[in-house]
Amino acid sequence: MQWGSASEFFAMGGYGIYVWTSYVVTALCLVWEVLALWRRRVAARAEHRAMLLGGTNETAT
Amino acid sequence: MSTGINWAKYSSPQALYPLAGRLIPWFSVVAVALMGVGLYMGFFVAPTDFQQGESYRIIFVHVPAAWMSMFLYVVMAIWAGIGLGLNARPSFMMAQAIAPTGAMFTFLALLTGAMWGKPTWGAWWVWDARLTSELILLFQYAGVMLLRTSIDDVRRADRSSAVFALVGVVNVPIIYFSVQWWNTLHQGASVSMSTGSKMAATMLIAMLLMTLAFWMYSIAIILSRVRCIMAERESLPAWEEKPVTIQKIAEAR
Repeated sequence: MQWGSASEFFAMGGYGIYVWTSYVVTALCLVWEVLALWRRRVAARAEHRAMLLGGTNETAT
Repeated sequence: MSTGINWAKYSSPQALYPLAGRLIPWFSVVAVALMGVGLYMGFFVAPTDFQQGESYRIIFVHVPAAWMSMFLYVVMAIWAGIGLGLNARPSFMMAQAIAPTGAMFTFLALLTGAMWGKPTWGAWWVWDARLTSELILLFQYAGVMLLRTSIDDVRRADRSSAVFALVGVVNVPIIYFSVQWWNTLHQGASVSMSTGSKMAATMLIAMLLMTLAFWMYSIAIILSRVRCIMAERESLPAWEEKPVTIQKIAEAR
């Protein structure tokens, strides 16, 4: 391991801003994609339940 | 993703939907584990580069993202081709599910490339063959997705975006070989099939682990997106609901 301290690790030999921007943006993109899909799935399920309920109401009347 | 799956059995959304659902957790767990090990190797085991110092550590996210951007495009085009050839809806749905993730990795490859270019070349962006062709790939992904949303009829949208995706696949070898065909500022391949690797073993292992992690991530995310697409296009299948929920719905009546 080549890091003497935590601050040395975060400095990345003076390239910290470039290295960490790359990793943070990548992480944000992956997390965002997972959350967006989760919300899309919840919405699809809600719509399906509404359709099931609506369908049964239709047949009831 | 198609290998190992008996398509005579799994070619219908009804079969693919629960199968995808069972596979997603496994791919997700493996993706997270590989990312953990890959990042640990990349930041704590791999040595400092003698030319580029610590800035080279962007490689562990840049190269895997760039590989995925090209690989996913080819897989998307293959599904599009199968869809056109067999007129199979699940194939079009797979192509549709791949596009956003491919576009995201293309964006990440370009962004991390800019982050690497600034300290090494002194410029965020140059109109170099590798960078330009990768930017065109981003536009191609955008084109595939926009073409789909701009056509109301689903079948026509499927076919049009599939044709667009197939035609655009010529750009992938151009991106890959651009560093050999033209004089580029972008460095040549660090890993090549003919000459092997030019990197330290630990660097290479970290990069390959991250690539594998991105593969597993992509498979998990694409399977989960294709489930959403099936649910939206075909209406969510009833077997998705647990018997308790169905009973509740019946009671609510």
